[in-house]
Amino acid sequence: MYVAAKGGEKAIRNAHALLAKRRRGNTNLPSITLDQIAQQLTLAVDRVMAEGSLYDVELAALAVKQARGDLIEAIFLIRAFRTTLPRFGYARALDTARMLVRRRVSATYKDLPGGQLLGPTFDYTHRLLDTSLGVADEAEGVADQTDQAGEAEAPVAMPRVTDLLGQEGLIEGAPADDGSEPFDITRAPVSFPVDRSTRLQTLARGDEGYLLALGYSTQRGYGRSHPFVGEIRFGDVEVMFEAPELGFEVSLGTVQVTECQSVNQFKGSATTPPQFTRGYGLVFGQCERKAMSMALVERALRWEELGEEPGAPAQDEEFVLSHSDNVQATGFVEHLKLPHYVDFQAELDLVRRMRAEQAAEMKEAAE
Amino acid sequence: MNAQAAGGMPEITYNFAYLDEQTKRMIRRAILKAIAVPGYQVPFAAREMPMPYGWGTGGVQVTAAVLGPDDVLKVIDQGADDTTNAVAIRGFFEKTARVATTTSTQAATLIQTRHRVPETPLRENQILVYQVPIPEPLRFLEPRETETRQLHALAEYGLMHVKLYEDIARHGHIATTYAYPVEVAGRYVMDPSPIPKFDNPKLDDCPALQLFGAGREKRIYAIPPHTRVRSLDFEDHPFRVQRFAQSCALCAASGVYLDEVILDDKGGRMFVCSDTDYCNGRQEAGHRGEMAGEGA
Amino acid sequence: MSGTSPDDTLTPCLATGFDDPVMDGQATFRAAMWALSRPGRIEPVTPSLTPPAPLSPEAAALVLALCDYETPLWLDPALALVPDVAAFLRFHTGAPIVGDAREARFALIAEPVEMPDFSDFAQGTPDFPDASATLIVQVQGFGGGLVLEGPGIKGRTAFGAAPLPADFIARMAANRALFPLGVDLLLAGAGGVAGLPRSVTVKEG
Repeated sequence: MYVAAKGGEKAIRNAHALLAKRRRGNTNLPSITLDQIAQQLTLAVDRVMAEGSLYDVELAALAVKQARGDLIEAIFLIRAFRTTLPRFGYARALDTARMLVRRRVSATYKDLPGGQLLGPTFDYTHRLLDTSLGVADEAEGVADQTDQAGEAEAPVAMPRVTDLLGQEGLIEGAPADDGSEPFDITRAPVSFPVDRSTRLQTLARGDEGYLLALGYSTQRGYGRSHPFVGEIRFGDVEVMFEAPELGFEVSLGTVQVTECQSVNQFKGSATTPPQFTRGYGLVFGQCERKAMSMALVERALRWEELGEEPGAPAQDEEFVLSHSDNVQATGFVEHLKLPHYVDFQAELDLVRRMRAEQAAEMKEAAE
Repeated sequence: MNAQAAGGMPEITYNFAYLDEQTKRMIRRAILKAIAVPGYQVPFAAREMPMPYGWGTGGVQVTAAVLGPDDVLKVIDQGADDTTNAVAIRGFFEKTARVATTTSTQAATLIQTRHRVPETPLRENQILVYQVPIPEPLRFLEPRETETRQLHALAEYGLMHVKLYEDIARHGHIATTYAYPVEVAGRYVMDPSPIPKFDNPKLDDCPALQLFGAGREKRIYAIPPHTRVRSLDFEDHPFRVQRFAQSCALCAASGVYLDEVILDDKGGRMFVCSDTDYCNGRQEAGHRGEMAGEGA
Repeated sequence: MSGTSPDDTLTPCLATGFDDPVMDGQATFRAAMWALSRPGRIEPVTPSLTPPAPLSPEAAALVLALCDYETPLWLDPALALVPDVAAFLRFHTGAPIVGDAREARFALIAEPVEMPDFSDFAQGTPDFPDASATLIVQVQGFGGGLVLEGPGIKGRTAFGAAPLPADFIARMAANRALFPLGVDLLLAGAGGVAGLPRSVTVKEG
């Protein structure tokens, strides 16, 4: 007698219990705290906030913990929570010229107003494993959540490199804010071709690795646009909101963002003098690699508007934007592990039938 | 909007059937337009759901938008009520909507399915919600949405016929065995989701309302009750469904879709109903297949 | 909350909305869904609403169930004449009330005989036929006199509603000829709603 496999419910329960146990690890060790994650795995938390499209350090830290350090899983947890939040309205566009800058480098000028500010960076570290970190250190007194001191100077506001270039008319103007509501990719389905707000939103929540690879490809000749990093800046920006009932702006607090503006090969024509063009990247938290990749890809996607030749993968708007979301991508790739035996049975039947027919034909031919 | 003090995690509560009311209204409006234009894929702003894209988020959003407190919900995957993903989705609605659930096709008012149409004929007032991975029937012929949208607008489906005919030329058969394209109400060519083409005839003139949800691809489409649904074919190669030589080893049913189960590594195999509710019903009625035990 | 005095923005005795917005909204949507799925069948809608006249409780329920800040709403002159109607709908749905019929996702019509031509409303586009208006039309009651065919109907079915414009069959034929473009109608009568989607063929009974 045959008894069909049953008990999906119990199997799921057991699997989840096992997952919880594995997540906790050895219980002789203390459980990692959200503060520890937020303070010591800052860049993981930043990436989760950026690609999760939700600026909430504590929830992002919780997601990292719950996901056992799997950042795409953590991003997914944040997205699933974010989607349930009510929307109150749209903030004013961030004014990054008024950013309190914690790090700022320009590759186009040796020195400039505000100077270069290295800030907290891996750049110029020797990538040698530091075995001294292998020992747990004692806390050095009471933690202060907001303290970012230890950084050389108090953050200051600095003019943006692209604004300096713009004063001379050397770079295309920043797109004007016409005051209209931006397209919201979380509230309406995207259709192609897209506008700038849709492009930037999609890239801002796009997978870091994916954008890195695409950005890299533009440097290797697939849609090259001769980029310079005009400026990368990381720091705190105030979020301003104008509630219609109030009639004036209020500050909702500050967020930390990384902005990258690339200065790219010029365009011009018989009637318009040549100008540099720009690519734009903006990401929550300190996510420099992502901001730079985003700027490269954003610029590549503007080929049509700038009268360039298409053909490279990074220029293909529908391809690039349709596949950038790692929550969508991981879901669909991983769904292949769900049962497909009904469809497989149908294929199996067809292949058997075709093989039988072919065998019969060959037999007939041989006779 | 900012992080709260440690230990003060925000209390998280969810609405009936998880989705907020604004999202439900948005989905409901898309469903109404989908019904008004049978087979046309209505774009909708699919939300992130607490389950992965590709695992039924479209179906779940449609179900959540339609479901009411008096509904009796059945969830199947591969025809079975007890497959893990079906169990997980049913559990989701038990938890978030506290609706009654059932495994009985007859008793259900709303059935969410992945890859099958139940064997028991559907009746009036029932709703069948399909989970759809790739809603665009032309996607594998033309990957660009901008292009396929044009083809639908012009009802230009020659490409699909060419593809099916090339199959015949190469294999002697139309090599599409599931997600077999249909024409709905004489206008739109539609992907019936990856059901085996065995199930395609059940879509035609079905008394139930059929709704299709694709979450990742953000599309909803519909077939109203009693709508003409024709599987694409050719005069010299009419549409035909797969027939199993065997009958179900548990309930002896024939003319139903069967799963092949491998019993050992020496070629031993058996065939059982993919529709577990149908199979159980027949066994309870006393039908016995060759591998069934004596008393149930 | 508000910069202006409350009296300017809120009608002192604004009629209440759904008792239970979640469940009443669901039930009303389900009626509309079945109505469009099975053209000509009257699906019960029994809201406990007392909207300002001439807005009927059934039509009000449909608007409350389906509209929000994303759906521009057009009111016919009979409804637009009564400021309380717009105030009631705006308060309970947040839907922007628009003067240009073409911009509306939903149109609410209290005087069917006077209703503008369907071509005054958004018809959708060949690429996006769903971008068309849904007309919520208040009728006194349902009866016979018409025959419907099309998706959702097994064979054919008898239908009727009153009052309707004298050239209603011609209007519906023109609408059907545009398929897959065209408008969709929800007829709200006493205790129920009937649907006439663009896919339906309407003939003399």
